[in-house]
Amino acid sequence: MLDVDIAGTVGSLEFQARFASEGGVTSLFGQSGSGKTTLTNMIAGLLVPQTGRISLDGTVLFDAAQGVNLPVQERRIGHVFQDARLFPHLSVRSNLTYARWAGRRKGDRDLDEVVDLLGLSTLLERKPGRLSGGEKQRVAIGRALLSDPRLLIMDEPLASLDQARRNDILPYLDRLCGEAGIPILYVSHSIEEVARLSDTLVILSDGRTPAYGPVAEMLTRTDLGRATGRHEAGALIHGKVTGMDAAWGLTLVDIGGAVLQIPDLPAETGDTVRLRIRARDVALALEPPKGLSIRNAFEASITSISEETGPYAEILCVLNDQTIRARITRASVADLDLAAGKNVTVLIKSVAIDRRQRSLV
Amino acid sequence: MNLFDLQPDEWQALLLTLKVAAVALAVSLPVAVLVAYLLARTRFPGHGLVNALVHLPLVLPPVVTGYVLLLMFGRKGPVGAFLSDTFGISFAFSWTGAALAAGVMAFPLIVRPIRLSFEAVDPKLEEAAKSLGARRIVAFFTVTLPLALPGILGGAILGFAKAMGEFGATITFVSNIPGETRTLALALYTATQTPSGDLAAFRLTLIAAFVAFAALIASELLARHLRSRLGGADA
Repeated sequence: MLDVDIAGTVGSLEFQARFASEGGVTSLFGQSGSGKTTLTNMIAGLLVPQTGRISLDGTVLFDAAQGVNLPVQERRIGHVFQDARLFPHLSVRSNLTYARWAGRRKGDRDLDEVVDLLGLSTLLERKPGRLSGGEKQRVAIGRALLSDPRLLIMDEPLASLDQARRNDILPYLDRLCGEAGIPILYVSHSIEEVARLSDTLVILSDGRTPAYGPVAEMLTRTDLGRATGRHEAGALIHGKVTGMDAAWGLTLVDIGGAVLQIPDLPAETGDTVRLRIRARDVALALEPPKGLSIRNAFEASITSISEETGPYAEILCVLNDQTIRARITRASVADLDLAAGKNVTVLIKSVAIDRRQRSLV
Repeated sequence: MNLFDLQPDEWQALLLTLKVAAVALAVSLPVAVLVAYLLARTRFPGHGLVNALVHLPLVLPPVVTGYVLLLMFGRKGPVGAFLSDTFGISFAFSWTGAALAAGVMAFPLIVRPIRLSFEAVDPKLEEAAKSLGARRIVAFFTVTLPLALPGILGGAILGFAKAMGEFGATITFVSNIPGETRTLALALYTATQTPSGDLAAFRLTLIAAFVAFAALIASELLARHLRSRLGGADA
């Protein structure tokens, strides 16, 4: 699939990136200035690394040792830029079909199909100047999809939008990631978007890629604290909707061995769902507590405790193959005498599971 | 003989002027677009020299430019002799020489606004075009050129006006031959040198003013049309 192993110096940034992705949605996650756009521009061919090799689907895009550097227009990588970059003198329709009439790309993807997928039917005859920010991004995504790409790069497509616009466009991204059938490289500094959309996660920090792997596994890695962002750290768990409690407005989600009660979950019985539980919303107790407002409490066993210099400790607990991450003070770890292998009761505040962090898988 | 009764030789001067200016523009505009694009988008050895050469006719006395043209493109000039022997094209004392002089003098005025409008087109749009499979030349014709059209129009209008009014280089290079190189400006000059030429000079002045005014109105209408076609906003 996509194989990247490159190095170079760009401006003041020492760059060294290595990762592989097996299709699906690969997220490139890192803080601002960590080199995300530099890396995607190198993969797209807009920047040239000094050394290394990039290959996609068996085609070598770049190989410093062999002197291969395929020009941008021959890489067949659809690029959705942060700032949309629609052609202002062309209608939405001509923008969407640009790769067909100017780029001599064919592709079996139908214009109508993409227009449907992204909800563009009412915008076709408009000029980009008359579109909202969210509409522009949808057109930019459609335009890239119609260029018959082998890979779709999405460079923070939501970064320039306000929260309301993001919520408008995220359902389209959900559908795109599920239905497009093309590997996607999704760049983001928002762990929420990453957790919601991706299969593989590549961490980028100061121009380096310290780790990559399946997203659920990466989110429970406690050694990547700073790179994944402490405050937002959390685990991904999969579950199945088993029923509704209409009287109290709760959805019951079986996560294997335990049933979570979640308010306002937009899912139906039988759906598989992906939930993100932030470490700071998880508490631990030695015994099942009584007289507590927290509804989600179940037994799990501690697999690891990582204490660092700060006041906090990151605890991983496992429940039927699913890992939950908790963040409590080191003082509590000492008081409760917690250790790996010990059974504890995990308490999750239902209200802390945010709607934006759910996705239908 | 009244104010609006154009004499045959005045008609001739008007038509000749339009022909000279149109040919000068038709030949120099594509070259100007190319030079402006190279100056705006590329860095090559001699970039500054080309830039200086392009602007030279603007700062040299027109008589000097005309004389240099005479030396190079005259019958005995190196370029003139070559073109005459090889292609049978002669510039000396013919309307084609007037067009050459007008084109050279107008060139810097055509290049400047076009270069500015190329520089105003975001290169990121060209990157986007390439990522969609367009080669550089295709990206130029489908994205860069259409977006620079207002500047190209501005350069063309300015160049046409300059070509119509060109005097010094023309009279030095191809002289003042009625029906061949006597454009409006030269005819007007001739009229002012003739004892009974006041009325003719006044008529020629009116014609020149009328043509210039019509060109300005036309360019304004075209620019408005272009702006609305570009959507009036950036994307």
